[in-house]
Amino acid sequence: MVNKSLKKIYTTLIFLFLYAPIIILIIFSFNSSKSRGVWTGFTFKWYVELFKNEEVLTALYYTVLIAILSSLISTIIGTFAAIGIYNMNYLGKKIVLNLNYLPILNPDIVTAVSLMTLFRFANIEFGFLTMLLAHITFNIPYVILSILPKLKQLNRHLAEAAMDLGATPFYALRKVIIPEIMPGIVTGALIAFTLSIDDFVISFFTTGPQVTNLSITVYSMARRGINPVINALSTLMFLSVLGLLIIINKRTSKDMKSRGDLI
Amino acid sequence: MKLKWTSYPYIVWMIIFIVIPLVLILFFSITSGDVFKIGEFQFTLDNFKRFMNPTYLKVLGRSINLALKSTLICFLLGYPMAMIISREKIKKRNAMILLFILPMWMNFLLRTYAWLTLLGRNGLINYIIKKLGFAPLSLIYNDKAILLGMIYNFLPFMVLPIYSILIKIDKSLIEAAEDLGASKLEVFTKIIFPLSIPGIVSGFTMVFMPAVSTFVITSLLGGGKYMLIGNLVEQQFLWSGDWNFGSAISIVMMIFILISMGIMTKFDGDRKGGGLW
Repeated sequence: MVNKSLKKIYTTLIFLFLYAPIIILIIFSFNSSKSRGVWTGFTFKWYVELFKNEEVLTALYYTVLIAILSSLISTIIGTFAAIGIYNMNYLGKKIVLNLNYLPILNPDIVTAVSLMTLFRFANIEFGFLTMLLAHITFNIPYVILSILPKLKQLNRHLAEAAMDLGATPFYALRKVIIPEIMPGIVTGALIAFTLSIDDFVISFFTTGPQVTNLSITVYSMARRGINPVINALSTLMFLSVLGLLIIINKRTSKDMKSRGDLI
Repeated sequence: MKLKWTSYPYIVWMIIFIVIPLVLILFFSITSGDVFKIGEFQFTLDNFKRFMNPTYLKVLGRSINLALKSTLICFLLGYPMAMIISREKIKKRNAMILLFILPMWMNFLLRTYAWLTLLGRNGLINYIIKKLGFAPLSLIYNDKAILLGMIYNFLPFMVLPIYSILIKIDKSLIEAAEDLGASKLEVFTKIIFPLSIPGIVSGFTMVFMPAVSTFVITSLLGGGKYMLIGNLVEQQFLWSGDWNFGSAISIVMMIFILISMGIMTKFDGDRKGGGLW
């Protein structure tokens, strides 16, 4: 009995630790004064200010645009790469996979400064293009790693059967392999999208003065001091993440149920 | 099936954006002078020698110290949590894990910023302290605040891999041990804990790696007074413009991390450590 309530208290404390800062941020986004200690009245003015804030809105635009483009491109390159890697011989596979692990294992900041050096060396102007290239680079390894396990589960004879029946390799790829590994591709694309949305370090080093994303904006605002507009922004971001997670959760539980019906 | 060629575009991409940049960093670290003008640079080991200076070694020591502390605290807090969650019924278990992941989905900077507003001189905690009649404490801009920021941001990285190993442990092993007369403590020390080591190893790597190289947490919660190795790299590349020295520090950091990864994977022979996804 004592054990059980001890567990309850411990769980509550940990979750309190995880959520207290976020909840307080949300509450104070409705506080009419700039203070973070005293409640002076309810207001929506920080939200109004947020949507008038040019800096935040441009950052939001670039964040979403880069996340969509980089996840799309890295999913396409990554899917083909994964299929190719899967069909390589032992040595080639080993070399490529180890190189593929480098951006994952390396600290963000090392990847960031190495890309910064490359762009400087190649004399590319820092801005949208450099940031996009950097995001694609750190996304592809995760796409490949989420597709490879699906390829391993795939029945090798499936594609062979298709080709025996007259399909060209490309047709077999399109009609047999890709549909079979689709769950891995979708997971990979989602991981790429969230990594890109959330990235700070690599964007910070590879972007120019004209293009910033939300993380960089928050960083520079936070360094200038506390700003209730950030609280409003956090609240909106938290709610959208919550909504997204609920939708995904509903979908997967529905999936499981329908799968259960089939069996 | 001959579908090797589909990976060629990525191999080209990898060479341009992964291999060449690292070679460039290595090249920068062993040269001095203006590297952008061919013919005006010399090969030298001075950048590495400069790093051996006590001032910089102290920064490295402080980074490792803080990262180790945060990893250990995450482990002590996270292991019991992972165990509690893994023993719940499946529906409640999934809900709890979802709640654990949720803050991780919120922007990393916003999470750190949240602590800034809590711990600040006029923040909520100090407001309560003042209301209670005590003098306000300086809770922020010290290494405890940085440690707190690390633990807060990286705790899920410890809990999730341990949890995913714990739920896979074969229940019949535990039952067998109990049938043979093992006490609860023995079941834990002889069965559950040894079997969960792969999860602990990946938890340790996943917390230690980002903690040792962070510069964001330091510059927000440390107020720019505290230098960790990540801040040193940032400073060299963005503010001092000494890319050669910055590259040398990056190389040191990379080698250090790859070696510690190698040591970590030794403990996890079969590479079955639970990942995040």
